[in-house]
Amino acid sequence: MFPNFPIWPARAATSASNLDALFIFLLLVTGMVTIMIFILVTLFALRYRHDQVEKATPIMGSLALETTWSLVPFGIFLIFFVWGAVIYFGERTAPADSMDVYVVAKQWMWKLEHADGQREINELHVPVDRDVKLIMTSQDVIHSFFVPAFRLKQDVLPGRYTTLWFHAIRPGTYHLFCAEYCGTQHSGMIGSIIVLNPADYEAWLSGGGGEGSLASTGQKLFQQLGCGSCHRSDTQGRGPNLVGVFGKPVLLEDGRTVTADENYIRESILNPGAKIVAGFKNIMPSFQGVVNEEQLLSLIAYVKSLQGSQPGGVVSNRPPVPQVSAKPRVK
Amino acid sequence: MSDSSQALATHELRHHFEDMEQQRDASSMGMWVFLITEIMFFGGMFMAYLLYRYEYFVAWQEGSQHMNFWIGTINTAVLICSSLTMVLAVLAIQQGRRRLTSVMLAATVCFAIAFMVLKGMEYHEHWLAHEFPGSAFHFAGIDTRHVEMFFVLYFVMTGFHALHVLIGIGLVSSMLYMNERGHFSADYHNPIENVGLYWHFVDLVWIYLYPLLYLIGHHHVG
Amino acid sequence: MASASTITAEREHYLNADYGFRSWLLTTDHKRIALLYLISITFFFFIGGFFALLIRLELLTPQGDLVQADTYNKLFSMHGQVMIFFFLIPAVPAVLGNFLVPMMIGAKDLAFPRINLLSWYLFIVGGGVMLYTILTGGVDTGWTFYVPLSTAYLGTHVVLAAVSIFIAGFSSILTGLNFIVTIHRMRAPGMTWGRMPLFLWSNYATAIIQVLGTPVLAITLALVGLERMFHLGVFNPQLGGDPLLFQHLFWFYSHPAVYIMILPGMGVVSEIIPCFSRKRVFGYEFVALASIGIAVLGFLVWAHHMFVAGISVYSAMVFSFFSYLVAVPSAIKVFNWTATMYKGKIYYSTPMLYAMGFIGLFTMGGMTGLFLASLGVDVHVTDTYFVVAHFHYIMVGGMVMAYLAGMHFWWPKITGRMYPEAWGKLAALTIFIGFNLTFFPQFILGWTGMPRRYHAYTPEFQVLNVLSTAGSTVLAVGYLLPMVYFLWSLRYGKEAGDNPWGAAGLEWKTASPPPTYNFEETPVVTWEAYNYDELPEEVPVVG
Repeated sequence: MFPNFPIWPARAATSASNLDALFIFLLLVTGMVTIMIFILVTLFALRYRHDQVEKATPIMGSLALETTWSLVPFGIFLIFFVWGAVIYFGERTAPADSMDVYVVAKQWMWKLEHADGQREINELHVPVDRDVKLIMTSQDVIHSFFVPAFRLKQDVLPGRYTTLWFHAIRPGTYHLFCAEYCGTQHSGMIGSIIVLNPADYEAWLSGGGGEGSLASTGQKLFQQLGCGSCHRSDTQGRGPNLVGVFGKPVLLEDGRTVTADENYIRESILNPGAKIVAGFKNIMPSFQGVVNEEQLLSLIAYVKSLQGSQPGGVVSNRPPVPQVSAKPRVK
Repeated sequence: MSDSSQALATHELRHHFEDMEQQRDASSMGMWVFLITEIMFFGGMFMAYLLYRYEYFVAWQEGSQHMNFWIGTINTAVLICSSLTMVLAVLAIQQGRRRLTSVMLAATVCFAIAFMVLKGMEYHEHWLAHEFPGSAFHFAGIDTRHVEMFFVLYFVMTGFHALHVLIGIGLVSSMLYMNERGHFSADYHNPIENVGLYWHFVDLVWIYLYPLLYLIGHHHVG
Repeated sequence: MASASTITAEREHYLNADYGFRSWLLTTDHKRIALLYLISITFFFFIGGFFALLIRLELLTPQGDLVQADTYNKLFSMHGQVMIFFFLIPAVPAVLGNFLVPMMIGAKDLAFPRINLLSWYLFIVGGGVMLYTILTGGVDTGWTFYVPLSTAYLGTHVVLAAVSIFIAGFSSILTGLNFIVTIHRMRAPGMTWGRMPLFLWSNYATAIIQVLGTPVLAITLALVGLERMFHLGVFNPQLGGDPLLFQHLFWFYSHPAVYIMILPGMGVVSEIIPCFSRKRVFGYEFVALASIGIAVLGFLVWAHHMFVAGISVYSAMVFSFFSYLVAVPSAIKVFNWTATMYKGKIYYSTPMLYAMGFIGLFTMGGMTGLFLASLGVDVHVTDTYFVVAHFHYIMVGGMVMAYLAGMHFWWPKITGRMYPEAWGKLAALTIFIGFNLTFFPQFILGWTGMPRRYHAYTPEFQVLNVLSTAGSTVLAVGYLLPMVYFLWSLRYGKEAGDNPWGAAGLEWKTASPPPTYNFEETPVVTWEAYNYDELPEEVPVVG
């Protein structure tokens, strides 16, 4: 509205439209209740002012009233709860065909890397009308990726990956803020999300990159570090075959089943002894201190890209996972 | 004897209470409420322990195998004996048997000191084996960082417990001192009961610590 | 203390019973201890308030040009720590509670007077360590001490700050312990649970939270201190720990802590509304049980501070649900207070003005809590000024106003003097206006995206920030007024009788100021609380 005096943030993604509906509903209901209380208190104060009343009327209470004004609000609260939970659930479940972008936060900047190798600092160019999923980690302390125009926020943690997905609907430039206090330059850790229409996005893409896709960087690293000597793409490896592993359940030697997501891959590289795949020995060395966060992300991108042949195809030395599996870990 | 014992008791009545019964009820309740706060205090540590055990229980089993099973077991027996002598002390003073009370209180203190000595030896052993968390920690094996975490929780939990044992030694000793000065009788001995409550709580915390730290992954050899 | 002997030269009471430092610093009289606390927390309130003013001054302009970034980070951190641990948590329980709980139940003192004094000394030691921390460079962890920032990345006095709060925590635990035992065991004959004033119910519920929650904070701070001092990996992921475990442990206390802060204020309001409406509280049993309900449910909602922290979707839903559940008893109270005014006989005395203001502002704060409890909305507004506005509406618009309401209401009982009523009304109005001007714009700031803990901000947020700062100067004036006229009243205030308000409650049946042992004889209670319809028709002295 007023450029120097906004009272409503821009609405630039589907998540924003979804949320604004709930927000307006909340505003209306709570506004009405607040006004009602204000009016009642003022009314009673005036109407029953001491010089207008002979004597106060003792009233003990009313079970009917108490029940009503307990259950009715609670019923309304349930609406707020369910609506909010539905939105939240949708926001936490990225569509399967999202375009991945990797984010590494550090004091006090955002480093972003597109799957095809484009690197950005404090800026993220995305096409409009595409699902984009951010896979994020921190190099140091907890940060938080906040885009008011999308109504989205996700803490970015050291030692693990968190994700955030969005679907931009309006080209434009929108604020990116760090929203978890992270030290001296916390308020300086800001940037922009630049949403481009398809033509402009193509133009931007062709303007840079140069290093090849993230997955190809990862592949080079995979070979360089000798991973392939154990993680062969047949059944002969001393380590589990990684083809097709990403996103699938994995059976561990202690009987648990976990999902091979980004966090699992990262942990397996840095602290392989924590989870041993059933049927394999604990002989993988740790790469803690050998690979940094960006390199880890490239390795993960590479493993993701290994979508090999599926059931029927037999090239896997990983143990079959029992059908009625233990509750997969939902982080 | 009973007359002067009652006179002694009434002498102890604090001015803001109506009568000795109210004072006794209040002070017992106060000790119970305090013990509840202690449960919450240790509870935080137990939560951390349980969470990490679920996440990293291979490391937990590793760590537990490096505990000194014998010292742990003997210490458990020592503490249970000390609780026994504490109960006997309370029973004794309820019957007005002051000498026996002193003997039992002294025995409790002795057992407690034995516990602390054994604990000290155990800590020293861990220190020599580079199992003390921090820069001196060194562990050959898998998942070193999470085994270090086990030791952090071991030292924090047993450390705070030992601190409470130490405070208990002070409390029981002061009960012993006051008893020797003729402060207590069959009609008035509420402080000893309250200290007994505290002491049993300290024992109870250990009874939870012992299996969680020493027994979970322990492959007892011989 | 000012010489109170000029008023009641003949009569001995708790203020003139004994003189000298030792009689105050070694007192076990709950009323004197309450005054010791009053002086201490007022001191810390002004320190915390001073930090707040500096924050608001910095935020007049988008650039960080008043203080350096690190200084600003210290300002908001220490504003939070001082205000929460050294003002809000003790305020009503340690001042008004200490003074009134024994009197309201007809006892001579709390169950453990020496532990009460110890509690004050622990507060002073903790406060001293906090002062030392402030004077030697401060701490910039935020009041929330998140790891690994606070354990591995900051170079300030983190351990000292943690120690100061650890010690102050024990002060809080001991106060709670004392209240629980006192209320259970020392009620006067005839004072059944169902006849207790609601102030006692509120303080009882508060005491339960203090006793159960604060120890968890203690162990959490201890672990943070150990991690920092010995480079351990309890929470630090680089050393094998889990930063979310810290957050769970921290918020397990810190959410119930907000109920420690607000429940006593609700208790004050529950005393004042019936008095100045001249009738019993509507739905007494419901208000009493609502206090207990808030205390219990308050322990089940902590992770609503962690909806975007990386917890699972399912646990987030559970916590959102319980957060809505805990809002119900608070709503019940607001409705009951409002209904109490219906067909009452309303007097506009200063305490009543504050109490009515409380109802309005607490409602607004509570409504915005409903926004925050909704998962989808919280994702957008958490860690923004929306949250800052929400909790200041509850804590300042609610709690501080309730505290001032109580101070004005019981000032005559505590000191034997009346404050000047016109000034009281003026201050109440100033505070109400200043408060809304300061904090309402912050809701908009948060909704439009301004994050919290920002030293510098993007230019479009300036207009509302300027408005907020302007409001804070008005609010500051409002807070200074009572300081001045309360002190003035000690010497020049009109002498108050035993019961200037014509209020029900045992504390009003004894002299103002009360004798050291509170009552000449132990009262025997045969009447219900708030029996205004049975009391002789008395008119409050002012209003």
